[in-house]
Amino acid sequence: MTHVIDALGKRCPLPVIMLAKTAAGRPPGTEIAVLADDPAAAVDIPAWCRMKGHTFVATEGDRHTVRL
Amino acid sequence: MCGPPGLGWPCPGRDTVARVGVYLDSATAAPPHPVARQAFLAAAEDGWADPGRLYTPSRRARRLLDAARETAASVLGVRPDELHFTAGGADAVRRAVEGVRRSRDRRVVVHTAVEHSSVIKAAGDAAVSVPVSRTGVVDLSALGSAVNSPEVALAAVQSANHEVGTVQPVAAAAELCAAAGVPLLVDAAQSIGRVPLPGGWSLLAGSARKWGGPAGVGVLAVRKGTRWESPWDDGVPDVPAVVAAAASLRAVAEEARQESVRQAALVAEIRRAVAQTVPDVEVVGEPDERLPHIVTFSCLYVDGEVLLQALDRAGFAVSSGSACTSDTLRPSHVLAAMGVLTHGNVRVSLHGGVSAGDVREFLGVLPGLVAQARAEAGL
Repeated sequence: MTHVIDALGKRCPLPVIMLAKTAAGRPPGTEIAVLADDPAAAVDIPAWCRMKGHTFVATEGDRHTVRL
Repeated sequence: MCGPPGLGWPCPGRDTVARVGVYLDSATAAPPHPVARQAFLAAAEDGWADPGRLYTPSRRARRLLDAARETAASVLGVRPDELHFTAGGADAVRRAVEGVRRSRDRRVVVHTAVEHSSVIKAAGDAAVSVPVSRTGVVDLSALGSAVNSPEVALAAVQSANHEVGTVQPVAAAAELCAAAGVPLLVDAAQSIGRVPLPGGWSLLAGSARKWGGPAGVGVLAVRKGTRWESPWDDGVPDVPAVVAAAASLRAVAEEARQESVRQAALVAEIRRAVAQTVPDVEVVGEPDERLPHIVTFSCLYVDGEVLLQALDRAGFAVSSGSACTSDTLRPSHVLAAMGVLTHGNVRVSLHGGVSAGDVREFLGVLPGLVAQARAEAGL
């Protein structure tokens, strides 16, 4: 199942901080969807995946999905 | 020193003046070169009259303006009659774009996705943005296809990027433009007075405050044979400011070779040290093909403006491409086009007045300030 984080209305870097806190300690393969309308999120969530060795799945509108 | 006379400012206390700290934002505006100040004062005495009139004070102003044009032209490697002084870098860019559009009767401007905002604004809606790599280098094959359209008036490729320091392959871009019959505008604002300029362009724009001249003076060089017409009335030039711009350009160009080697070594040291001492950091831009004075990095989980203000309190003036708390709410279009982390961004840009000791002091305080910002965010 996919964990959903509601970061709508939150400004950068909060959506990525919320994502990192949710990701901490969860096993590889976990899917997390971040709902974020801050324009920086569309760039910063894929960048977070690249920096931390996770997989960026897709952005659909305000929903950014990653796989640990 | 007190504020300027005539503005009714109170004289600031010594503490205020002493706490200027280390200025690390030359890519926005370099501190004025001492020659700029001397040249300005001399020309303000002698060159205040309208250079377009026929009486003696005007002829004196005219002579100063001509001398400034010859000096700047020789540093830029252009003929004096190819060089126009403008009201700043953005004005030079606007004049370049509108002048070509009018003369060629076409509207579309093809530009890299990481051009300065003045280029993107001047291009407006009739624009094609060409993507860049993760390090900020323009995609030449995409540029090549974009310029091959009959609607294209002009292509714009910066000499090097103002936010991340990546040098663009201007010579290769110029060949593509020449093959398509499209004039090339090179925004060389970050390169003039620092590094050798690329060739192959039809129009070249720059800004005096980036090289230690006054704000409000720009240069636009238009190669002979380029289809360009001055789009607006040129107005009366600010002769003392133009003289200061030209004099400081010659002065910085004379020091450039030595300074660029010194600054490039400090930039390399910053890139290395930041990657080693700050966890979860991304040092961005080309590692080798880069300007000698600009270095940029982004720190995960940090609000760039919070970090900027913490650095300011510690005595270091830097810039940030992050927009977490700014009015625009849009992160830097340069970082977004590169696909690198936009938050927690810091740009450090050096100049002749920054010593190795200043850089080491900066590198000493940075990791603690980043850790503090992260702790405040609950990490």
